[in-house]
Amino acid sequence: MAAKTLFDKVWDAHVVTEIKGGPSVLYIDKHLVHEVTSPQAFSGLEKRGISLFRLQNTLATADHNVPTKDQHLPIKEALSRQQVEKLTENCNKFGVTLYGLGHPYQGIVHVIGPELGVTLPGMTMVCGDSHTSTHGAFGSIAFGIGTSEVEQVMATQCLMQSKPKTMKIEINGKLGKGVVSKDIILYIISKISAAGGTGYFVEFAGSAIRSLSMEARMTICNMSIEMGARGGMIAPDETTFEYIKGREFAPKGAKFEEAVAYWKTLFSDEDAKFDQVLTYKAEDIEPMITYGTNPGMGIKVSGHIPAETEIDAASRLSFKKSLEYMDFQPGASLIGKQVNYVFIGSCTNSRIEDLRLVAEFVKGKKKASNINAYVIPGSKQVEKQAIAEGIDKVLAEAGFELREPGCSACLGMNEDKVPKGEYCVSTSNRNFEGRQGPGARTLLVSPLTAAAVAVSGKIVDVRDFNLN
Amino acid sequence: MEKFVTITSNITPLAIEDIDTDQIIPARFLKATTREGFGDNLFRDWRYDEQNNPKKDFVLNNSDYAGAKILVAGKNFGCGSSREHAAWAITDAGFKVVVSSFFADIFKNNALNNGLLPVQVSQQFLNTVFEKVQADKNLKLNVDLEKQKIEIVGHNVSESFEINDYKKTCLINGYDDIDYLLSIKDKIEAYEKGSKYLSLISK
Ligand code: SF4
Repeated sequence: MAAKTLFDKVWDAHVVTEIKGGPSVLYIDKHLVHEVTSPQAFSGLEKRGISLFRLQNTLATADHNVPTKDQHLPIKEALSRQQVEKLTENCNKFGVTLYGLGHPYQGIVHVIGPELGVTLPGMTMVCGDSHTSTHGAFGSIAFGIGTSEVEQVMATQCLMQSKPKTMKIEINGKLGKGVVSKDIILYIISKISAAGGTGYFVEFAGSAIRSLSMEARMTICNMSIEMGARGGMIAPDETTFEYIKGREFAPKGAKFEEAVAYWKTLFSDEDAKFDQVLTYKAEDIEPMITYGTNPGMGIKVSGHIPAETEIDAASRLSFKKSLEYMDFQPGASLIGKQVNYVFIGSCTNSRIEDLRLVAEFVKGKKKASNINAYVIPGSKQVEKQAIAEGIDKVLAEAGFELREPGCSACLGMNEDKVPKGEYCVSTSNRNFEGRQGPGARTLLVSPLTAAAVAVSGKIVDVRDFNLN
Repeated sequence: MEKFVTITSNITPLAIEDIDTDQIIPARFLKATTREGFGDNLFRDWRYDEQNNPKKDFVLNNSDYAGAKILVAGKNFGCGSSREHAAWAITDAGFKVVVSSFFADIFKNNALNNGLLPVQVSQQFLNTVFEKVQADKNLKLNVDLEKQKIEIVGHNVSESFEINDYKKTCLINGYDDIDYLLSIKDKIEAYEKGSKYLSLISK
C-alpha cells in the first residue's frame, strides 16, 4: 500500500463517493452548531420541509453573543437575545441537543467539544466557525464552514469538498523560558504570512509539538486558519489518549481499548509525501506579539516592527494602512508602550491550563492601575475547575475578575468591547481592524505575556520577570 | 440559486490586500436570522464614519463606480472568519463577481454557494486592472463563465481562470449542493454501515 499522511488516512476513511472533475462527498462525524451561523441553515431546512439527517451527530451551544456577567438574567441587548433565543427555539423544534446558557456544559464551542470527549482522533468535524481547526489537535480533520454548508451537513451529514494539499510543519527542539504554544503558532504565521497556508491542510509535528499538552496543541491547531490553512492536525499519541480517557462522551471500557488500537494507526507513514514541508527550531522562538491588522504581522516582543523597505512593494500600501490604523511607526519597538486593556480568553487561550498559567504569574502581584482586564473562561466546566482550584481568588487578589464563559471581547458581539483607539493585548486569535470593537487596536500574545502586560500596564518582555 | 450568465460591467476597485471578512461585514451586524439586508453594512467601518455619514474617500461612496457588478480586490480576499454573511453582503450589494489574485478557501466556497463567482487572476492581470481603472473609471470587465475567461473590455487583455467542472455546472444551472446530496442518500447510508468512527461511539 502506498504511504499515506495522517490527513490522507482520515480523509480516505470518510469519502462517501467522488464526483468526476469535482469535489468528494465527505461524511461528517460531528457537527457543532452555534447561534450566529445556524439560523439561516435551520430556516433552509424548514423551507425544504426536511429535518436533520443525523441528530445524534449534532451538538449546539450558545457562545458568541452571550454576556459574561449575570448569565442567569435575560440578555440585555435585544438582537443578541433574539439570536440566542432563536437557537433555543430551533434546537427544540428540530430536537438538537443544546448546551445553552445556564447548562453546566455551556461554553465556547471549541472548548466544550474536547473537554466533553466529543472530539476524538480520526473523526471528521465541522462547525460554522473557522476556528473549528482547534479540534485537529486530536488527529481529526476539523474545519470551519459557511452557513450553506451548515445546512448541507444538517440535511445529509455530508459535505462536498475538494481535497486540499498537505503541508507538514515540523518544530524540533526545546522551547526557551517564557515561550509557550501561542508563541509557536504566532511565530509560524509571522514566517509564512496570513495566506501562506491557503489551500493546505497542515500537520504539526516534531519533538517540540510532541512535548506539548493537549491544551497547548489545541492553541496551535486553533490558529492554523490564521495562516489561511483549512485546518491543522497533530497525530494522536499517549498524551491524547490520556486526555480523552474517562471524559463524558468518550468511548469507555472495551470500546476505549478498541478505539485506542485504531487511533494508534493514525500517523503519517515515514515515506508519506507532503506537498510542502517546513522545519523550524524551537530555540529560535521567543515571546511574540503582533503589531498590525492580520495575524501574520507578528514580531518577537523584544524585536522591531519591520521598516517599509523590508516589505514587498506590492504589499506596502496595505502595510502602511495597517500601521496607520494601529498608530505605530515602521521600525519601532513596542517595549514600554502603554496599553490599557488586556483580554484573556477566546477559543485560543481560555482553557484551564491558560488560567493556571495566568494565575501562577499574577499571584502576589497586582494589576497595573491603568489596566482594564477581562478574564473569560472558555466554558462552565473551566470556570468550575478554576473556582475549585482557587484561581478566582488568586485573580481577585491581583485585581482581576473571573467572568462567565463566552467569546466575549474576542469579537465583541456582546457588550465586552474595547473602546475606539485603545490598545488591547489579547490572547485571542484575530487582530483585524475593529475585531474587538469599532476602532479597537488588538495585539495578539500568549496568556503569559498578557499577564505580564497586565501587571506592568505596558508592553514588556515576560522574560524580564523571574519565571519558574 | 440564480443562474449565472456572462457579465460585462464596470468595477469597484479595492486595491487592499488581506481583506478579512470582519471588514466585509463586522461582527456586530451578524445578529440577523435571515440572509437578506446585509448589503447596507458591506464594508461598514470603511464606508461610514461614527455618525453614519458616508466617508467620501471610500470607493463604494464614489458615484464614478456606481452600479458595478464586479468587485476587484487585492490578494488574499475573504480571509478570517467563516461567516457566510460576507458573501451575502456582497451579493446583496449587487455584485455578481469578485476578482482577486488569491482567495481564502472558506470565502471561495461560501461565494460559490451563493451564486457569487470568485475569479482568481494573476497578480499581473490584477495590477493592470488597478492601473487602467485609474485612467478610466468606467473601465469594464467581461466575465464569461462558460469559456472561463475574463477580459478587460476594449484593451485586448484577457486571461483564463480555473473553476472545477462540478461547481461550474452548478452555477450555470443554478443548482445547489443540497439537491445533489439529497439524491444520494442511499450511498450515505451505505457508508455509515462501514464507518469506523460511528462503530466506536455506538454504545
Ligand atoms: S472565541 Fe473568538 S475565535 Fe473563538 S469561536 Fe468565539 S468568536 Fe470565534
